[in-house]
Amino acid sequence: MAHNVEKDDVTGIETTGHEWDGIKELNNPLPRWWLWTFYACIVWAIGYWVVYPTWPLISSHTKGMIGYSSRQDVVDKIAEAKAAQAQYLDRIEVASLADIRADTELLNFSLAGGKSAFAVNCSQCHGQGAQGFVGYPNLNDDDWIWGGTPEEISATIHYGIRSAHEDTRFSVMPAFGKDGLLERQQINQVVEYVLKISGQEHDEAAASEGQTVFAEQCSSCHGDTGQGLHDLGAPRLSDAIWLYGGDRQALRETVTNARFGVMPDWTNRLDEATIKQLAIYVHSLGGGE
Amino acid sequence: MDQASQAASQASVSSAKVETIDVDAVNKKEERSLYKARVKIYPKRAKGVFRKLKWLVMAATLAVYYLAPWIRWDRGPNAPDQAILIDFPARRFYFFFIEIWPEEVYYLTGLLIIAALGLFLVTSLAGRVWCGYTCPQTVWTDLFIWVERLVEGDRSARIRLDKAPLSVNKIARKTTKHVLWILIGMATGGAWIFYFADAPTLLVDLFTFQAPIVAYSTVAILAGCTYVFGGMMREQVCTYMCPWPRIQGALVDEESLIVSYKDDRGEPRAPFRKNMDWDTRGDCIDCNQCVAVCPMGIDIRDGQQLECIHCALCIDACDEVMTRINRPLNLISYDTYVNHERRAAGRPEQKPRIFRARTVIYAALIAIVGLIMLAALITRSTLDINILHDRNPLFVKLSDGGIRNGYTIKILNKQHEIRRFEIAIEGLENALISVVGQEGTSGLTVPADRLAQFRVFVSVPAANAPDGREDFNFVVTDLADGNRAINDTVFRGPEQ
Ligand code: SF4
Ligand code: SF4
Repeated sequence: MAHNVEKDDVTGIETTGHEWDGIKELNNPLPRWWLWTFYACIVWAIGYWVVYPTWPLISSHTKGMIGYSSRQDVVDKIAEAKAAQAQYLDRIEVASLADIRADTELLNFSLAGGKSAFAVNCSQCHGQGAQGFVGYPNLNDDDWIWGGTPEEISATIHYGIRSAHEDTRFSVMPAFGKDGLLERQQINQVVEYVLKISGQEHDEAAASEGQTVFAEQCSSCHGDTGQGLHDLGAPRLSDAIWLYGGDRQALRETVTNARFGVMPDWTNRLDEATIKQLAIYVHSLGGGE
Repeated sequence: MDQASQAASQASVSSAKVETIDVDAVNKKEERSLYKARVKIYPKRAKGVFRKLKWLVMAATLAVYYLAPWIRWDRGPNAPDQAILIDFPARRFYFFFIEIWPEEVYYLTGLLIIAALGLFLVTSLAGRVWCGYTCPQTVWTDLFIWVERLVEGDRSARIRLDKAPLSVNKIARKTTKHVLWILIGMATGGAWIFYFADAPTLLVDLFTFQAPIVAYSTVAILAGCTYVFGGMMREQVCTYMCPWPRIQGALVDEESLIVSYKDDRGEPRAPFRKNMDWDTRGDCIDCNQCVAVCPMGIDIRDGQQLECIHCALCIDACDEVMTRINRPLNLISYDTYVNHERRAAGRPEQKPRIFRARTVIYAALIAIVGLIMLAALITRSTLDINILHDRNPLFVKLSDGGIRNGYTIKILNKQHEIRRFEIAIEGLENALISVVGQEGTSGLTVPADRLAQFRVFVSVPAANAPDGREDFNFVVTDLADGNRAINDTVFRGPEQ
């Protein structure tokens, strides 16, 4: 452009030679502070090259003067956090659940730890708020199939339900319809009876017939009045909480085909301290016995 | 002592010779250019009433700034004893007897509103008094110029020194000046951090290199800013960086007192000669003293200008000249536009009216906001509750068919002693309430000056379960003095 220097008449400043809609742009220099900032950034960048890992090489990269590595940083931070937690985890490992609950510090640590372990391991089936789904128990309520004390919850987490573990808690409800143990009519009657004892609308005549069927076939596990039995994992039938639904349709389906819910055992996947924290957390959700 | 003041002290008043300074206003209208490099301004020393006032204001404001964190205030055993403390880790702000928690920052909003209105009020009364006397930029720039004058001499000496070739003397003076400036900058940044921690402890930590890194970096950043703003950039900060001059233009009116030159009296200006006849000419002897003292590099005789910070130094300079040539004072003075008009129309001047719609409204607004804040402070409760309703699950069905909701209740105890509370509910029929980890609902203990969190379950029997949602209140009562806090929340059940 040097061959065609044009000066603006009014200001006497050189123009850039461009013209848009009759407007010419003046070639004013950049403000000095701007330039200095720009130079300072360049100097900074060069310093950065030297001090920090920057340049990619063929199979690795320059390491920088101070040997900084963000990955190492994370590793260190995690180790640091682990070490900070260890003082609690070591104590939780050996303490009994009752002792942990009696110690405010350990209790609070367990609640927080249990909450995050729950989110990672349990929420997939039981829901983020432990609210459960059909077939997956709600852990907030006061109905427990296998017992709701911290110790019982801990046992359930350790060994699972119908899991592969040899100490697993196991129970089988017969498929009364599928296996031909009961007539269709008897099934209908016993369903009416269960509707009755759980305080729902029912057919009185059928229910009284169903009572006999229940006494013969069901009471050994579910109890004489359908109050359930923790030891056998037999749900209480005389309440408002149902794992697979409590209406006529769902009950009929349950009696006919039976249900076979499985919870994995966590003994080999989680360490002892984590399981204890989980048990305490689940127990704290409000329904623990 | 420079020549002019030497002359002043030697000569008798009426026959005094007034030095005419060869100076051009740096920021003249004709010279204002967007891209011109800065022309350095060498403000000359002024003497007089306003200069004295400015020294006093400087002393007072700097004293408040540097000393305030050192004032102690006894708050009892569980609280810090620093009168003014912004305690970030504990999230408290202490100001003498006032103590503010994070959720009460609206007090700060109130203070800022009052400060803004106060600025509006003084500006409408007397122009840019904030800029001229109390603005930190003005105060520190003034201090830096004072140091500069101490080391390098007054205006003419400084100009000479800058023009002189490099010599031991020049290097020594320049170095001394910059070292002093940096020291002031460090003291300034240093004072700032004392507002955020216990000052005596922090001072020891600072010098034993035990203080947190953020303390040192804050000192460094503020020292740098003070040095650059007060030493290097000076008037450019006011002219180019600060938005306030633009706003203030809208706040002054024709009755505001502003620094101005009485051109009706001063013009036509002409140089001074002995025994001259004042009837045929104006009082201004074109000595340029007013231009030389101006830290903003303007000529007040050109009229009102954006750059003028109303520091009144030109008034002092001109009054000194007027005394020397035996003419009435106040050729440059705090004056209103109304009076300029009146004199032009041949009418007598009038006293500036203080009570005008504008000033009365500002004052009233200040009073109102002040009263609201005072009322809020007096009735400030020392007990607050926050309630979080569980969202996941919204409600839990119990085996007897009842519905249970979970809540997290935070109780804020703003007293410096342990308090015990009872928790109850209002407006939910047949509801049962239980607190996790507590026997019953009474005797919830909250440590002094702390927040405690409780898990609370509320259950209602199936018969009373609301359809969808129902509003109700939690009531937290101090067992000792019966103080209550009531907060509303919702209970949720299945839609029926
Ligand atoms: S013109 Fe006068 S009042 Fe305005 S900045 Fe300059 S010296 Fe101060
Ligand atoms: S206004 Fe006063 S100080 Fe300024 S040139 Fe005139 S006589 Fe001198």
